[in-house]
Amino acid sequence: MSWLERIFRRRSLYDELDEEVREHIEEKTEQLMRLENLSRVEARHAAVRAFGNPTLVQTRSREVWQWPKLESFVADLRLALRRLRKSPGFGITVLLTLAIGIGANTAVFTVVDSILLKPLPYPQPEQLVAVWLHAPGAAGLTNFAEGLRLSPSMYLTFAEHNRTFKSIGVWISGTANVTGIAKPEEVKATYISDGVLQAFDVPPAAGRWILTADQVPHTHEVAMLSYGYWQRRFGGDASVIGRSIQVDSHTREIIGVMPRGFEVMNQDFDVLIPFAFDPRHQILAGFGYNGIGRMKPGVTVGEADADIARMLNIWMDSWSNEDSGGGGHFYETWKISGAIRPMKQEVIGNIGSVLWVVMGTIGVVMLIACTNVANLLLVRAEGRQQELAIRTALGAGRTRIAREVLTECVLLALIGGVAGIGIAMAGLRLLAAIGPAKLPRVHEISFDARSIAFTLGLSLFSALLFGTIAAMKSMRPNTSLAHASAGRTASVSRDRQRGRNVLVIAQVAMAMVLLISAVLMIRTLAALRDVDPGFADANHVQTLRIAIPQQLIPDAQMTLRLENSIADKLAAIPGVDSAGLVRDVPMDEIDPAWNNIFIEGKDDRAGSAPMRLFNYVSPGYFHTQGTRLVAGRDYAWDDIYGLRSVGIVSENLARESWGSAQAAIGKRFRIMPTQAWIEVVGVAQDVHQNGVDEESPATVYWPVMVKVPWANNAIDTQRFVTFVLHSDRAGTDSLRGEIQQAVWQVNGNLPVASMQTQGDLYSRSMARTSFTLVMLAIAGAMALALSLIGIYGVISYAVSQRTREIGIRMALGARKSELRWMFVRSALALTGIGVVIGLGAAAGVARMLKALLFGVSPLDPISFAAVPFLLAAASALASFVPASRVASVNPVDALKDE
Amino acid sequence: MGKSTETPRDLFPGALEMMILESLRRQPAHGYALVQHIQQRSKNLLQVEEGSLYPALQRLLKSKLVKAEWAVSPSTNRRVRTYEITKAGLHHLEREISSFDRMLEGIQMVLGPARRTANS
Repeated sequence: MSWLERIFRRRSLYDELDEEVREHIEEKTEQLMRLENLSRVEARHAAVRAFGNPTLVQTRSREVWQWPKLESFVADLRLALRRLRKSPGFGITVLLTLAIGIGANTAVFTVVDSILLKPLPYPQPEQLVAVWLHAPGAAGLTNFAEGLRLSPSMYLTFAEHNRTFKSIGVWISGTANVTGIAKPEEVKATYISDGVLQAFDVPPAAGRWILTADQVPHTHEVAMLSYGYWQRRFGGDASVIGRSIQVDSHTREIIGVMPRGFEVMNQDFDVLIPFAFDPRHQILAGFGYNGIGRMKPGVTVGEADADIARMLNIWMDSWSNEDSGGGGHFYETWKISGAIRPMKQEVIGNIGSVLWVVMGTIGVVMLIACTNVANLLLVRAEGRQQELAIRTALGAGRTRIAREVLTECVLLALIGGVAGIGIAMAGLRLLAAIGPAKLPRVHEISFDARSIAFTLGLSLFSALLFGTIAAMKSMRPNTSLAHASAGRTASVSRDRQRGRNVLVIAQVAMAMVLLISAVLMIRTLAALRDVDPGFADANHVQTLRIAIPQQLIPDAQMTLRLENSIADKLAAIPGVDSAGLVRDVPMDEIDPAWNNIFIEGKDDRAGSAPMRLFNYVSPGYFHTQGTRLVAGRDYAWDDIYGLRSVGIVSENLARESWGSAQAAIGKRFRIMPTQAWIEVVGVAQDVHQNGVDEESPATVYWPVMVKVPWANNAIDTQRFVTFVLHSDRAGTDSLRGEIQQAVWQVNGNLPVASMQTQGDLYSRSMARTSFTLVMLAIAGAMALALSLIGIYGVISYAVSQRTREIGIRMALGARKSELRWMFVRSALALTGIGVVIGLGAAAGVARMLKALLFGVSPLDPISFAAVPFLLAAASALASFVPASRVASVNPVDALKDE
Repeated sequence: MGKSTETPRDLFPGALEMMILESLRRQPAHGYALVQHIQQRSKNLLQVEEGSLYPALQRLLKSKLVKAEWAVSPSTNRRVRTYEITKAGLHHLEREISSFDRMLEGIQMVLGPARRTANS
């Protein structure tokens, strides 16, 4: 008989056995009646005696066909289900606690797994690297924290001379105007050199890659599309290959489509456009290009760095800088070296530490949830003392009882886990909504088999955790039946209460850690909010980006006049107070421009001055943005159209160069020895360009149109600008519509992009802190709530167990307030111990949070003092409610019961 | 728990199964008849507790050493489950008897000289 038959034929097998045993006894009875002349009753008794206990025989016979362990497990499971049905309140509380705990952990795990743990979706991802350079000698470099990017001449040198890379390339992301398909549209464009797609090694979904031949200047121009743009604009039409589109007024042939989900180093794009670097016109500088490489198999990051160091000498020997007036070796002062980073590290960025903090936090909540469930189970175990004592007395083994309790715990955890999956899926949506705006690999986050395995593992682990505590308690029942029967009214002994007290202390300690972490993040956010960002009334400043390609309007002056007209049109919209334009608004995350400047009267050797951020502004920009001019004046349009040699600098630059903002007015600077001196006419307050948690960079605000000293003083204007306008209607759909109309009244071919308020940018710059805060606050609130439930439960139970004692005390004259205080005091004592332990643990955790804090010490005295008070007050309240129940105890009834 | 019900019956583990198989080799029988047969053949030297027969029969059934079917007993006219030894049961029985013979021979060889010395 196969095992399957044994399962399905079980019932008939047992029936046959029963019948067989019955027949055996019957046959024996009849034989005894016949041979020994006994009555039927006597004969039957004798037959049964000879046979033995028929039930036992049947049981032992059945066992042959059974899987005893499995069947006993199923029986335990049935028992557990029955018990759950009998106490729905307990069941719902436990399941809800577990579902929330497991669900939250699964959601965060899924995010951590997708972002941090899974390999990148490229072939041999370990060979992929981001090519950065380290330049400790280039003081003031605005993107110094990340490192120095590559210049086109570096890329050309590295591509030709490297020994360690299979392919190497550079890329930048930006936008481009696509016209001629529907209405003009600004799309996300990623400009790539040969070698970038080869490094990723991801074949196109249609057509072909961009190749070396496509980046020869002044030849047939091409473009590739992203899968999303192909679907959105061309409906996934395969015949799009070979068709042409207008990108920034250039006709480009579509040669291929990249597959769904493909990104260039976590940068989403619509079109891929090849660079067309002409080696004859390249100089050393222009360090604005992101490098990417695929190392040859077996090559280490160290070896690739050494290769870069070797090639940097070739680079300095091969190219020059027209503006520095010398050879490349002045870059020796920058002490450039290779700083290659594995691609995964580059893609993940600094979100890793945040996610681990969140994972740890949610893990602690799970621990608190488990201790709470353990506490609830202990209460129930107390209630089952009598039953367990009877069972033990009847011979039930300790392991049998423990197994029964553990089975129930596993069942609870598994049901909680299933419910947790639903919560996790909802949680993932919430995380996506409140997560940092640029969460890396966000499209790779998916609830998959690994998430389910995690849920299962966590469910079983938690079952083991709280189940072990409950099982140990159940294994030591009071075997004295007399004691057990008296259990309901007897005063609870200290020993029986100790286990539950320890759990409450643990909960309070863990809640302390989470609450202190949450308060530290609240104080961090408050400190960030206190920083003057260098602009005001951000929610009423509307920003929008417009790019005017050279092909559309080649002349610089005409371009500026067009931009000026747009600014005028925008300022004329009803409700708009003022308008201006700028290259980069604060916190827009656009790659900055920078260079060094020379101060009149100071050493002006190339490379001797630190780097300064360059921004380009129009008259009225500072006023619109709410950036104060601390000395001097703003630009006038006459300054700009007249190409006057005047400049505005930031306050920190003025102070560093001339001592004070006032002293800077009338002083002069320049960027090249051959350039005319620029006179400082204004000093603007410091602006936190990269976010309030980073220092304000020393900045030179150039007029939006300038003479270019290294190109025979040709005139250059900013073609990629952000307009800002101040209005109470900022951020409204109606204003956005009117802005669109105003721009198209000036030129119908100009797409308007990135319409957002300065307030949006400001909030986004704090997204990481806000996200951490929200997660810690949720975790802290859950921890607090669970701890208070724990305290409530312990005191409530203690009150119910000490009814007799309360009755005696009241009979002897104790006042109700004294008795109430007795219970509140015991809760406060537990909280106190938990607080002391929690303070120590919180100090350790806060040090780990250090990287996320701003303007707050990890051992911030306010946080470390406020939270214990909060917890003490909350626990006093949580214990006061059940303690007040002593008022309802009638001493006569309490003693009469006894 | 009470004392094991198997101890007085079995001389060694598997003896009851061997006797059941040997009885069935002679002719198919139902449970009660098997008990009767074993006791008669052993001249009541072996007291087989009737109840312990059924777990042993279930073990043999599960191992496919015997097969069973319901029939009406011609002697008592009762519906009984009759057991019959299978081919696998026969092979198993041969192996068990041979193993038992070797064991008995070994025991006799060990006990033989001692008994001779004690008798002389």
